[in-house]
Amino acid sequence: MAGIPHDHYEPKTGVEKWLHERLPVVALIYDTIMIPTPKNLNWWWIWGIVLAFCLALQIGTGVVLVMHYTPHVSLAFASVEHIMRDVNGGYAIRYAHANGASLFFFAVYIHIFRGLYYGSYKAPREVTWIVGMIIYLLMMGTAFMGYVLPWGQMSFWGATVITGLFGAIPGIGPSIQAWLLGGPAVDNATLNRFFSLHYLLPFVIAGLVIVHIWAFHTTGNNNPTGVEVRRTSKEDAKKDTLPFWPYFVIKDLFALALIVTIFFAVVGFMPNYLGHPDNYIEANPLATPAHIVPEWYFLPFYAILRAFTADVWAVQFVHWITFGIVDAKFFGVLAMFGAIIAMALAPWLDTSRIRSGQFRPVFKWWFWLLAIDFVVLMWVGAMPTDGIYPYISLIGATYWFAYFFVILPLLGLVEKPAPMPATIEEDFNNHYGTPAE
Amino acid sequence: MKKLLISALSALVLSTGAVAASEAGGVKDFAFSFEGPFGRFDQQQLRRGFQVYREVCSACHGLKFVPIRSLADEGGPQMDPQWVRDYAAELDPIVDADTQEERPRKDTDFFPTRTGDGMGPDLSLMAKARAGFHGPYGTGINQLFNGIGGPEYIHALLNGFTGADKEEAGNTFYENHIFSTGWIKMPPPLSDDIVTYEDGTPATVEQMSEDVATFLMWTAEPKMMARKDMGFTAVLMLGLLTVLLYLTNKRIWAPHKGKH
Repeated sequence: MAGIPHDHYEPKTGVEKWLHERLPVVALIYDTIMIPTPKNLNWWWIWGIVLAFCLALQIGTGVVLVMHYTPHVSLAFASVEHIMRDVNGGYAIRYAHANGASLFFFAVYIHIFRGLYYGSYKAPREVTWIVGMIIYLLMMGTAFMGYVLPWGQMSFWGATVITGLFGAIPGIGPSIQAWLLGGPAVDNATLNRFFSLHYLLPFVIAGLVIVHIWAFHTTGNNNPTGVEVRRTSKEDAKKDTLPFWPYFVIKDLFALALIVTIFFAVVGFMPNYLGHPDNYIEANPLATPAHIVPEWYFLPFYAILRAFTADVWAVQFVHWITFGIVDAKFFGVLAMFGAIIAMALAPWLDTSRIRSGQFRPVFKWWFWLLAIDFVVLMWVGAMPTDGIYPYISLIGATYWFAYFFVILPLLGLVEKPAPMPATIEEDFNNHYGTPAE
Repeated sequence: MKKLLISALSALVLSTGAVAASEAGGVKDFAFSFEGPFGRFDQQQLRRGFQVYREVCSACHGLKFVPIRSLADEGGPQMDPQWVRDYAAELDPIVDADTQEERPRKDTDFFPTRTGDGMGPDLSLMAKARAGFHGPYGTGINQLFNGIGGPEYIHALLNGFTGADKEEAGNTFYENHIFSTGWIKMPPPLSDDIVTYEDGTPATVEQMSEDVATFLMWTAEPKMMARKDMGFTAVLMLGLLTVLLYLTNKRIWAPHKGKH
């Protein structure tokens, strides 16, 4: 692996040399586990391991659930109840899987916002960032399809609403929607293909996670200062870093154990808190629930989707300039996907030469406003579309785009950065004092 | 650290205060015996609730996801298995899935379903399909303290009749403040002493609705006690692991950190 100079694996015994010449797998594992890691990484850097755990948990529990689940419109709901009542430990497996999705998204949002604050998306880590964004999109697709499988009321109506978004694409929309659903409406064909893809996509995610790790192992980790590890010599690099094993493995495992403790408290004591009661009613195409609300982790983007109604002047302007092709519904769909694309484009929208937000005194304020904006959008996404709520969504959605397309490009040009430490070693010693030799 | 603790504590105190203040919607919070991390079902109460279901609710409401045999399971009403078999045989006959012929119901079958005119929704999962608490500001955060409130909703609904009724399109509707539309097709099902409890508890509407809400929580979540035990073990073991990893982490990093 290029980048930070460090010791590599050397096969010593005959057997090791024999294997190394044929398949350097030990070297691969050694170099991955022993990678030099900036020693000043703070606690915001532990969410990667939490995410890896989540993926393993979801695949592990998911594989067992599939053994007892029946993907058929007349049997799916009952088969989930069978899991809850008659499968040994089935209630624990299903609740761990359902709440595991929530932990997965909770972790991914902190992971993404950590990247946004410390400028982890900036050169040379753009590929890591883009791969991460693709993983995030696949996660959303997987979670959405997984939520359809229990075939409750929210499963059914959520699927109807979300696939309806694709129907809003001018011209080809209805064909795409029918293709996704396997028919004119959400039905058995939809359930079957969602089941198939819900099983497939996690393995695609697992593959991309390897690429994600490969990419940042090539560039080296970012760190809270954004100052790069010295690569001038092995000795210099050693002053800035510590090997991943055991220092960061144990640190990450400690944090993971703490989070998993809280997670199992949720699974054991309040497993339905994050779910929706309506999903304990079997899907009924003839009865629409009073409020169709997506899961909490989709709410910010759901709020952006609903923010751009036909009475917003920007929507009217786009409607007029595109000769009516882009109506309010399609505009909302574009805004929702645009909000994620805006995030993905951050490496090229941010003009600042300073990587870490720690040394950007003005940026900090805008960043925290974005974090608050995200929470506000999450809240308003669950609210009805009358009264003051549409205005709040509109302001929130506008700020989301303004942050990426106006503030990030302009701020980099005008902002005066705060003084920075020259090396990671200096930063580390500022925090912890110089170690006694 | 201290500051963090103080702010966390004050946030908790403030939010519980807000929760107590937001007693809207008419669904009253209840201290059911099965709530909280250590909550257990009261077996006598489950039996009373089952009696209410059996003698009143089952006329119009099915329990199609509940196997009859589970009445004898640990953690439930734990009826005598022979009694359960006899009870199953008394219920509506069932069309056998293999022979396509009608035969008496066995304890391995499910409770009968109720469909058709005048019949109500299935109650198997009702205690999880309704939320009693939504606030503050629609965030649902007070569910953290009160629970989702399904059994509370059932209790409140059974006690929410005002006595008024109206005719509409050939149907009679009864006014009920807890029901989403304010008018429900179900006539007030309970009246004092409509059942005679085997354990001698006075059968008031209040008592019966509390008991049947508990029974329906059990039908919705028969493995609740096993789940809480699992949660408790997991939290205990993982907590221990967390402490050990904390100490390990502290120790391996110590040589690299100087002292201020």
